[in-house]
Amino acid sequence: MAAVQDTIEQVRGVDVDKYKYGFKTEIESELAPKGLSEDIVRYISGKNDEPEWLLEWRLEAYRRWLTMEEPDWARVDYPKIDFQDLYYYAAPKTTEGPKSLDEVDPILLETYAKLGIPLKEQEILAGVRKHDEPSTLDEDGVGEMGSGRVAIDAVFDSVSVVTTFKKELAKAGVIFCSISEAVREHPELVKKYLGTVVPQSDNFYATLNSAVYSDGSFVYIPEGVRCPMELSTYFRINEENTGQFERTLIIAEKGSYVSYLEGCTAPMRDENQLHAAVVELVALDDAEIKYSTVQNWYPGDANGKGGIYNFVTKRGDCRGKNSKISWTQVETGSAITWKYPSCILRGENSRGEFYSIAISNGRQQVDSGTKMIHLGKNSSSRIISKGISAGHSQNTYRGLVSAHRKATGARNFTQCDSLLIGDKCGAHTVPYIEAKNSSSTFEHEATTSKISDDQMFYARQRGLGEEEAVALIVNGFVRDVLQHLPMEFMAETQKLIGISLEGSVG
Amino acid sequence: MLDIKNLHVKIADEDTEILKGVNLTVNPGEVHAIMGPNGSGKSTLSYVLSGKEDYEVTEGSVTYDGADLLDMEIEERASAGLFLAFQYPIEIPGVPTMTFLRTALNAQRKARGEEELTTPAFMKLVKEKAQQLKVRPEMLKRPVNVGFSGGEKKRAEILQMAVLEPKLCVLDETDSGLDIDALRVVAEGVNALRSPDRAMIVITHYQRLLEYIVPDVVHVLSNGRVVKTGGKELALELEANGYAEFETEAA
Repeated sequence: MAAVQDTIEQVRGVDVDKYKYGFKTEIESELAPKGLSEDIVRYISGKNDEPEWLLEWRLEAYRRWLTMEEPDWARVDYPKIDFQDLYYYAAPKTTEGPKSLDEVDPILLETYAKLGIPLKEQEILAGVRKHDEPSTLDEDGVGEMGSGRVAIDAVFDSVSVVTTFKKELAKAGVIFCSISEAVREHPELVKKYLGTVVPQSDNFYATLNSAVYSDGSFVYIPEGVRCPMELSTYFRINEENTGQFERTLIIAEKGSYVSYLEGCTAPMRDENQLHAAVVELVALDDAEIKYSTVQNWYPGDANGKGGIYNFVTKRGDCRGKNSKISWTQVETGSAITWKYPSCILRGENSRGEFYSIAISNGRQQVDSGTKMIHLGKNSSSRIISKGISAGHSQNTYRGLVSAHRKATGARNFTQCDSLLIGDKCGAHTVPYIEAKNSSSTFEHEATTSKISDDQMFYARQRGLGEEEAVALIVNGFVRDVLQHLPMEFMAETQKLIGISLEGSVG
Repeated sequence: MLDIKNLHVKIADEDTEILKGVNLTVNPGEVHAIMGPNGSGKSTLSYVLSGKEDYEVTEGSVTYDGADLLDMEIEERASAGLFLAFQYPIEIPGVPTMTFLRTALNAQRKARGEEELTTPAFMKLVKEKAQQLKVRPEMLKRPVNVGFSGGEKKRAEILQMAVLEPKLCVLDETDSGLDIDALRVVAEGVNALRSPDRAMIVITHYQRLLEYIVPDVVHVLSNGRVVKTGGKELALELEANGYAEFETEAA
């Protein structure tokens, strides 16, 4: 497998302690004043030209948030965040209405290059400039689109500045745009679905997000449509002291299908950065949403200084019968990860899946898992979680599987495997299982293992260096999950695993 | 090629000495058999040569191709052409055998400053070698040694050896756990690798393997020392008389 070889090269090519994406792009930003107040909420809403109902919605969330306490049940430890010492809005100044990539700041394009956007997607991005003549675009029939096609909605410090392949998507009736644009162009859809999966007052961070979210992505797949390409968003936190509050809403109408890719990197910097995104997915009858994430934010230095705090609320609602939502995540970055992509299995025969690889090294702290809430008859779910801890990191799987009274015949299979590298890290598994009817079947398997000295000796005896041996063994450990990632992400992820585990041995 | 002088070895963190002054010289093209009763230090010798970390050399030296072998990292020894066929090959779940082999080969080539092999060239090489060893292609897709039978594991070891083309092969009890048919296949594979510039050290408890892999020199290792060296007939002698003679000598 060529990708494993890539991993090895990657490990060789990067110095330990040198964060690959540790750079800052110099683009002038427009900041709202520091701190949080009703005025800031109004300011953000005003900047986005939002209708009155949305401003009210935000204010309601803000008032609610004031009464809430930061949760402390997760197995993570960090200094108290001063929410009044953050900027809540930053938008690149140079981006007013670019209609094509030619109009986009070249520094931004350089950033994409530095981000190491997968080759396929880079080609597409580069191709976009040529494709800019409408005639070429129009000739691209939906039928010709191979699986290699990826549409990218790049969120650069809060505001979507580049949207590609829009026309092709439009042909299929797919709406893929920034959520602020969706509010303007499709207010009825946003109003109908926003906050219906993650309510405004769901939790401390989600409520904060509801009050101050700056922008994010919006996807709408009409009835019976199979989205002709993978939809991909690259997030990048770039402005110092700016909390990023993304809001993503994906709606799959009856019988539709969409695969969504989210990948992230962030520049190196000293102060902690807060990220509190909300992602809401709605799948109606017979619809399927596949949501994949590769998260590679700055994890902090060897002593745990700096690094991003990631408090994310991701939830999918299998609202219709036979609907399916599948989360696949690869978490390698962030100082603190607090993240539980979940499924509400409301529809009869609906299915939820959670495939996760969480790697922690250095002083990283990961508390992640999923919730599978079975409400519909014969709903089923599957959880495969692979946690890898190295260095002085702590890695916790926290999961809830519950079946309500009406969810007769519900089924769940959970497998949680932890791998420890070294003897200063920790792996924890905290599963909660609740069944309120007698016909549900829940299975839970958990293992904890170490990379054995024998495995290391064997691999090195065959010529592999210590770090390449670790990367190879870990890639083997996570293989079941890797296979669920879209092709575009697989090779990249294998590299990332190698990079993330640098300095974990010897 | 290999020159072992007065090698004393103990288990790290313990006082028990396992090798008590081993002397051995192996020249290119030669096949040496090391025989001996259980606990005589045969496997320890193979581990010390390949650099396993649980052992401590307290005295003596090992020179390989003019270099101080004991000063080299495990993977450096591998790239320099030293291969150990394990008595109990290790499982690596989730890593296809093919991937493992390719990664290993290219790591070694890179370390030696050679070009990496392209995928088609590698596939061709492996296919060829696998056929010779009667290794089914499906086996190469399975994770390294996971769920392999005893015979499959040993064949996979020899396949790795054939692909990596080492200069010095150390075979640690390669015959253990093999039925006669598997033994023949494995031995054929090993014999096919015999060449004027390649040396082999075949470690075994029984003479049986040496009927198929005929050695140039046979050493008897007992209680941490080479107590007798002779030609291939020495193996037959041992088969007839057992190790008792040497064990009393050592005691």
